[in-house]
Amino acid sequence: MVPLFYIFAVVAILAGLSVVLQRTPVYSALSLIVVLCALAVVYLLLGAEFLAVVQVIVYAGAIMVLFVLVIMLLNAHREEPTDRSRLARILGAPLLIVFLGEVLYAIWRQFPPEQTAAAPAAGAGPRAIGELLFRNYVLPFEVTSILILVAVLGAVVLAKKQI
Amino acid sequence: MLSSMVISLFLILAKIIVVLTVLMTTVAYAVWLERKVVARIQSRWGPYLVGPHGLLQPVADGLKIFFKEDFVPSEVDRVVFWLAPFLAFSLALLSISVIPFGESITIAGEVIQFQITDLNVGLLFILAVTSLGVYGVALAGWGSNSKYPLLGGLRSSAQMISYELSLGLGLMGVVMLTGSLSLREIVEGQRGLWNIIRQPVGFLIYFTAAVAETNRVPFDLPEGESELVGGFHTEYSSLKFAMFFMAEYANIVTVSCLATLMFFGGWLGPVFGPPLLRALLPVFWFCLKVFCFLFVYIWIRGTLPRFRYDQLMAFGWKFLLPVGLLNVLATGLFLALRSS
Repeated sequence: MVPLFYIFAVVAILAGLSVVLQRTPVYSALSLIVVLCALAVVYLLLGAEFLAVVQVIVYAGAIMVLFVLVIMLLNAHREEPTDRSRLARILGAPLLIVFLGEVLYAIWRQFPPEQTAAAPAAGAGPRAIGELLFRNYVLPFEVTSILILVAVLGAVVLAKKQI
Repeated sequence: MLSSMVISLFLILAKIIVVLTVLMTTVAYAVWLERKVVARIQSRWGPYLVGPHGLLQPVADGLKIFFKEDFVPSEVDRVVFWLAPFLAFSLALLSISVIPFGESITIAGEVIQFQITDLNVGLLFILAVTSLGVYGVALAGWGSNSKYPLLGGLRSSAQMISYELSLGLGLMGVVMLTGSLSLREIVEGQRGLWNIIRQPVGFLIYFTAAVAETNRVPFDLPEGESELVGGFHTEYSSLKFAMFFMAEYANIVTVSCLATLMFFGGWLGPVFGPPLLRALLPVFWFCLKVFCFLFVYIWIRGTLPRFRYDQLMAFGWKFLLPVGLLNVLATGLFLALRSS
């Protein structure tokens, strides 16, 4: 299991770099799909089959299809290299270091290196997740759905000239 | 210990080889069956010259397409152009790995399941693979860098996103009744009564959406030849074209298997006779039911004209999806009332 984890972690990181570095939008989108599928495999290795499959269905199968669809609609073949903004050039590197440090610190505090965390396999089935969502976290869940509904309505209002 | 591992590894390999061989043969002869049945519907003979009743036609076609020139247009995006057919083909083969064909049998203390792997979220796995299948078509359309394939690819992405929702909703009623996502348990749950009786609306929604997901008539707009030359595969030739073709038929076989498992009791049927017959009859019933679905697919193709694009979208979003939601709601109400 452990070698498999390292293989797919490396795949995810390389594909993640490729998302940022590619000049052709379709290649970036495809790399992102690879990242999402590699993450799904990591979930699978942790014993969370349901989460892994849902990850593929929702992210790789639905959201990324929309991305690819939009790229195809614009028929964008190569990104035009623009003169990047000065603000981004100055702030980019420091911000990156700060965020990276923050994430590393959080991971360090959560999992000290001398203590290896066991995978919580039991509570990841569809029934357990459903009970968590609709019992313990029902309010955040419903609020999220309302947020998405508002976003959908907004998109319709903005896109349609007359309703 | 080691020998038992070797045996189980050998068993898995053997299963994969057998299942893939059967699948590819079915795909080849589904094409033959389609040509024969459509010919019959249109008062023609269909393939007749190669072998008795044209039975060797798939072999001849395979050989011919293998020796054709593999032409790559100069303006294509090479990576995507190559990736698309492989993606379509391998995804089409992937979903067959969780389909159970029959009850498990025990030979010399070794339990053999008629299934490559028994995943406890098998149904969701198939839906996930189906949802990825759109990339093959969409990328083929984009990578060809040509207007008709691009239009075909766009249409198919929109169509597959729209009908995927209804496909899942149609199956949801069965999942709610059974309380499991494992295909084996769903079939076992139908021992008393097939799900088609309990979920007729769900079945109709699933089957309609499945026809659309596999880009078949009357939803075959991605390759509507009268308006788009050949749709997304216009620029493809030789083996790469054959891969799209085989992927389409493999997908048809998969959705037929899924319909059989979810609504028609899978391998359940009358079992009698000596032990060998007892072991093989469930597999026979399963294959018979899948064959009936393949026939219905071809029958639909020979009967119905193609939808217009706006009709397709309106039908999917304004009719199929609401009915699917209502079906899930009604099933939930029924279950809640029964348990209270």
